[in-house]
Amino acid sequence: MTQTILIIGATSSMAEAFALRYAKESAQFFLVARNKDKLDVVSANLTAHGASRVISFVMDGNDSHLLPELLNTIWKTYERIDLALIAYGTLPNQCRAQTDIPYAIAEFRTNAESVIACMAGLAERFALQQMGVIAVIGSVAGDRGRASNYLYGSAKAAIETYAEGLRAHLLRSGVHILTIKPGFVATQMTAELHLPSALTVSPEYVACDIHHAILKRKDVLYTPWFWAIVMWIIRALPAVIFKRMRF
Amino acid sequence: MSQTLSWGRYPHCPQIPHNVFWPEDVPNGLERIAAFQKGVGLAYGQGRSYGDSCLSESGHLLAMAKMNRILFIDWKSGLIFAQAGLTLAELINIALPRGFFPPVTPGTKFITLGGAVANDVHGKNHHVHGTFGCHVKRLILYRSDEGIVECSQSLRKELFEATIGGLGLTGVILAVALQLRRVTSNQIEQRNIRFQCLDEFFDLSQTQDAVHEYTVAWVDCLASGAQTGRGHYMAGNHAKDGALTPAPPGRIGIPFDPPCSLINAISLRIFNTLYYHRQYHKETVRRVCYDPFFYPLDAISQWNRLYGRAGFQQYQCVVPKKDGREIIRAVMKEIAKSGTGSFLAVLKRFGNLPSPGLLSFPLEGVTLALDFPQRAEINLRLFAKLDRLVHDAGGRLYPAKDAHMHATDFKKAYPRWEAVEALRDPKLNSLFWKRVTQ
Repeated sequence: MTQTILIIGATSSMAEAFALRYAKESAQFFLVARNKDKLDVVSANLTAHGASRVISFVMDGNDSHLLPELLNTIWKTYERIDLALIAYGTLPNQCRAQTDIPYAIAEFRTNAESVIACMAGLAERFALQQMGVIAVIGSVAGDRGRASNYLYGSAKAAIETYAEGLRAHLLRSGVHILTIKPGFVATQMTAELHLPSALTVSPEYVACDIHHAILKRKDVLYTPWFWAIVMWIIRALPAVIFKRMRF
Repeated sequence: MSQTLSWGRYPHCPQIPHNVFWPEDVPNGLERIAAFQKGVGLAYGQGRSYGDSCLSESGHLLAMAKMNRILFIDWKSGLIFAQAGLTLAELINIALPRGFFPPVTPGTKFITLGGAVANDVHGKNHHVHGTFGCHVKRLILYRSDEGIVECSQSLRKELFEATIGGLGLTGVILAVALQLRRVTSNQIEQRNIRFQCLDEFFDLSQTQDAVHEYTVAWVDCLASGAQTGRGHYMAGNHAKDGALTPAPPGRIGIPFDPPCSLINAISLRIFNTLYYHRQYHKETVRRVCYDPFFYPLDAISQWNRLYGRAGFQQYQCVVPKKDGREIIRAVMKEIAKSGTGSFLAVLKRFGNLPSPGLLSFPLEGVTLALDFPQRAEINLRLFAKLDRLVHDAGGRLYPAKDAHMHATDFKKAYPRWEAVEALRDPKLNSLFWKRVTQ
């Protein structure tokens, strides 16, 4: 059966790798991103790789007031959506965010509020069709507030907590919510960081993990897997010790 | 950040790759490299160039592998327009089920379109289809002094010709339009003929190249005396019928660096003798999948590690048709005398189809390619002897494989190098180019 997939933030590295896996199985897509030129390239690439139909929609995730129009267009184009992935986000500069409050608020809006708006809007529609999976990309950084990036971490914590509640709310509706918590991934967002190469994986690796997590109806996916153990230990550290750590 | 080397892992100059995801990352990346090191960069694909042509002077590279999207394919004509980081492996997976195949393919499918253009690669069908560059219709480059530039045979022809085989120096190749060829099967009708000496190889080339699209020969580089140049002549044509499914990926790997080269005088002699006698009949005919036919070494990922930490150098030369037979015989004698060499010694006759590229390697004549474990003194002495034989006969060496060529030899063998230097992007340079032009 042809799967119908919605991706918001379709030009992000993880979203592209994810979509490519499904394109090879002739899935059909509804892609949303803010940059039209990039979106056109991603659409053409998915078509070349075997996608049976690709519809694209230009929108900035921050423009939550356009959300009703987006949702109408999606469900006018396709009867149902099997899978939705919310994959956009930014990596705020923590130093700047400490003094530039409007910047910090704008970044939090992008990474938390607008994502929550998407989840809420999608949940309503998914509940009506009584099936499907909504996957959202959080981060291992959402597990604890670290001195080096607590603005990013708190935004991810917000969407993860929201997703957890939504999962419980939709438990009997047939709709599933997947929270994806990647560690270090070599993407556009992290291109300027010096990530430890031994711990860094490719977006394709993450896409493969997400694919399997969806099939298994996992609630929370740590990817790569070892982060589940690492973060279990880090979550267990008492605040007295944790606050003294600098990483 | 992970560092990278060239395929031969010699010279040992670790490089730091900077990922490029979209064309606009290229100017940022070049600026970042300039700021870091006050140096210039170089685009890097899959790192399959053997020597130093894919290494930058500053030690920083623009890694193009993530720029691998297909922008447009016309399935009627088989014209593909794709970003330069697309590999032939990915291209085959998409094109073969639709009945298309790359018009020219080298011995590995793990190369990018950009790399194929920059080195104007050739394959077993050079005598029929020429080089890769003969099938490129259009190129999109980023030049630090001009921004995004398009070139083709009819638009900025001089830049197009300098870029084909231009070693990535005339601008960062962003996208390539390539004409694919039609196939009706994933199978190759393969004919293997054992030959006992070099003369027999040349006779076979004469008769078999006319009726086979793909031809190449393996030679036993250690055989001497009357057996000099014994080997196997392998020829093939695309089968008329069969499935169009791509080959499954299954590969084994070399997971670590052996402390010393596993390829040495003893292992080589055993392998070559067994390989020469592998077929009982003088001639065999069978059908094989395209994958083992074109890409036998791709079955072992990172086979370059077999040569140990020191790495290896490949010596690939071409000798013009006129004296081809005598010079190749003399070259093979020198190599056999040295007792060093590789499992894969390849002999192939090039045809007379001209390439548009100014620095294209193939000439009408014979090419010989051999890997040598890196041992400074032995290689230096042997290569000096071979260089004299090759260059005095008007031949030349392949920049994509080279780590030793002298500037005087390069300038004599590639007289049009100054036209490429004149069009070189001032923000790009390679260790190879510095070595052979200064």
